[in-house]
Amino acid sequence: MNVDLARWQFAFVTINHFFFVPITIGLAFLTALLQTAWYRSKRDEYLRLTRFFGTLLVINVAIGVVTGLVQEFQFGMDWGAYSRLVGNIFGAPLAMEGLAAFFLESTFLGLWLFGWDRLPRRVHLATIWAVSLGTVLSAAFIMAANSWMQHPVGYKMVNGKPQLNDIWALFTNPVFVWGYSKVLFASLVTGAMVMLAVSAWQLRHGQDKDVFVRTARLSLVVLVPAILFTMLVGDELGVIEARYQPMKIAAAEAQWTTCQPCSFSLFQIGGGNNDQVPTQIIEIPHLLSLLATNTWNGKVIGMTPLQNQYSKQYGPGYYVPDVFIQYWGMRVMAYLAVVVTLIGLWGLWLIRRKKLATSRLFLWVATWAVVLPFLMNTAGWLLTESGRQPWIVQGLMLTKNGISPSLSTTWIAISLGVFVLVYAVIATVELLLMIKYARQSLPPPRAGADVDQPVPAVQY
Amino acid sequence: MSGLVPFWFIVIAFFWTGFFILEGFDFGVGMLHDLVGTDEASRRAAINTIGPLWDGNEVWLIVAGAAMFAAFPGWYATMFSAFNLALVLVLVALIARGLAFEYRGKRDSPNWRRTWDTALTAGSLLAPLLIGVALGDLLHGLPIDSAQNYTGSFWDLLQPYGIFTGITLVAICALHGATFLELKTTGDMRQRAGHLARLVAPFTAAAVIGFIIWTHVTHTNAFFLNPIELLAVLAVLAAAWLVYEPHRHGFAFAATTVTMASCIVAIFVGLYPNVMVSTTSTANNLTVHNTASPAYPLKVMTVVAIVLLPIVLAYQAWSYYVFRRRVSAQEFQAPAHQEPAQAGVPAAGDAPRP
Repeated sequence: MNVDLARWQFAFVTINHFFFVPITIGLAFLTALLQTAWYRSKRDEYLRLTRFFGTLLVINVAIGVVTGLVQEFQFGMDWGAYSRLVGNIFGAPLAMEGLAAFFLESTFLGLWLFGWDRLPRRVHLATIWAVSLGTVLSAAFIMAANSWMQHPVGYKMVNGKPQLNDIWALFTNPVFVWGYSKVLFASLVTGAMVMLAVSAWQLRHGQDKDVFVRTARLSLVVLVPAILFTMLVGDELGVIEARYQPMKIAAAEAQWTTCQPCSFSLFQIGGGNNDQVPTQIIEIPHLLSLLATNTWNGKVIGMTPLQNQYSKQYGPGYYVPDVFIQYWGMRVMAYLAVVVTLIGLWGLWLIRRKKLATSRLFLWVATWAVVLPFLMNTAGWLLTESGRQPWIVQGLMLTKNGISPSLSTTWIAISLGVFVLVYAVIATVELLLMIKYARQSLPPPRAGADVDQPVPAVQY
Repeated sequence: MSGLVPFWFIVIAFFWTGFFILEGFDFGVGMLHDLVGTDEASRRAAINTIGPLWDGNEVWLIVAGAAMFAAFPGWYATMFSAFNLALVLVLVALIARGLAFEYRGKRDSPNWRRTWDTALTAGSLLAPLLIGVALGDLLHGLPIDSAQNYTGSFWDLLQPYGIFTGITLVAICALHGATFLELKTTGDMRQRAGHLARLVAPFTAAAVIGFIIWTHVTHTNAFFLNPIELLAVLAVLAAAWLVYEPHRHGFAFAATTVTMASCIVAIFVGLYPNVMVSTTSTANNLTVHNTASPAYPLKVMTVVAIVLLPIVLAYQAWSYYVFRRRVSAQEFQAPAHQEPAQAGVPAAGDAPRP
């Protein structure tokens, strides 16, 4: 009961946090690009765009920061036994994240926001790049920590407890290398889709069409390679996870028995338990073999043999994750990636035909497509995190053993309730403000548009 | 035992102290912004004295927590589990504050702004109070069993000494914030800040002296105060005197800074070598030794801290230098109508400064 509630709480706050993180990573980079364009070209419209998207970025960062606080404290609050056992390993990248990334991000965001009229143009440009670097570094450290839970490396067992003995192993962990790349590309996709949606709405309803067509183009040019790389990296990550967490991949295909070669079903009905025979609809031969092993005839071990193997290795228990979440998490993520790719290619084709600003249908689709990256990101994380279950650290510690022993059910229920309430309020406020500021018209062009004229600072 | 264990205790005490010095005046400004600011323009001016800085200041708390996680996982696990519900409240308070900064100017409606003003005041009061209770409880002691697990209820967290620590920190934050506002504002606002400082100073002085004596008797039988405790008493007396001096605002702020620093350090000095006292049995005390990470991770973290910390301190100091100018209410006066501040469209009040 306690474990279930604590897991709901962790999943709830983490999924919410990760709505804001990829926007921040993506938009910080794109805003830095816009400001660089202004710095180099000295054209006023790039300044106006920088300020416009900078406002959206700041609205997001605020929530990313405050929900990030919760993330940092969660481990100790609810997962005390976990923190005690692995803190010497897992805590290290977290502390590095604070020192290397959070300070950088927050200090330079203040300098960027309030420093428009106080810093030389070149230094001010450097501050937004420092913010962007901070977001990217932050993701690196937390992904190193998360990857360690998926595939623990760089430690030795001393008296039955894991002790860090090679910090570099955390950062050369293949799960980290590919998982981190995937997060970065997915964040670019998210940031680009947000920028595209805002620009598309402005092209349909706003006044500054000639200006927003620039960001529509920029976002598409970033989006298409980013989504292609997300899928390529995701494919490699799947192969790596199949190696270290075979159960995760078998569950993603609801593959109870071992197969070779293995096909991929477009969708299926049933199959959540091993006595059910799923009705698989439209099977694509060899595709699962390709996804899981990168070979045409690769073998994928089924969940039943894996369950038997784990029972022998780790003692009696049920080692199969929630098959429904795995199967559909995988498909929602993959199918939406295809949809996003098609939208991106459609946009590029319209750029080539010089019809981007006038194709009402595309602009309408591009506006609403803003929900897709969030669904993809969430589905991907559910696949990754739920697929690790029942382990909190793969092969080392079970989730049910990681919880703080001192917690009562009432405590967790209260804190879960409070977080749901608070997050509902802040998500609503954020959404309303994002929509409001995304629909605002651009700041007016500056009279004379003299570059050396100071740009007024932002203030609360 | 690795010599790095006491070193990391000092590093963590340093982060907590830095957090309270920096975020301390942010909390104070948050509590007082509505009293120093009598109208919208001056309230905005008060908030903007810490506008570019508060976020970086708050990171000190995150880093303090993360450093405990990495260097003393046992301490982090026991403390954060024990204070679970209290920390939920701390987080809610910090969320309310953080969002108030970013969002209060984002809609042009008095009700909207007043709501966020209330959130800012309440969050700024609640956060140091609760964190203070937690720090006080570390020294006073909590029911902890031999497996280092907290065995008490939520109400066991509300120890008189812990509560008094919280109240003392709120009082110091208020005075610290008032002296900060006196340094960073002009005209009427500056006078109101000075007035508030003089109003709060006697209470802060009384609270700090009471807190130091209570702390002293909690951790030792020695008669004389140790140097850090003595420093706290002298600093708060100096602060209470300096706020009455018309041209000593810089010194007054320095004195409240030292007061805050020495009070936090006094708690950690009182604790060492314990990190959490157990009321069940002294054998169950959490100490730096029985909660610390092994030598290798401490070594890694030491290298990281030695490389990064000077850089962090340098650019944070630089950002304080960039924003050293006073903020005046005139900058935020809206002539005809008030536009919400948006990046790009400077609100009418954000007139370019000379």
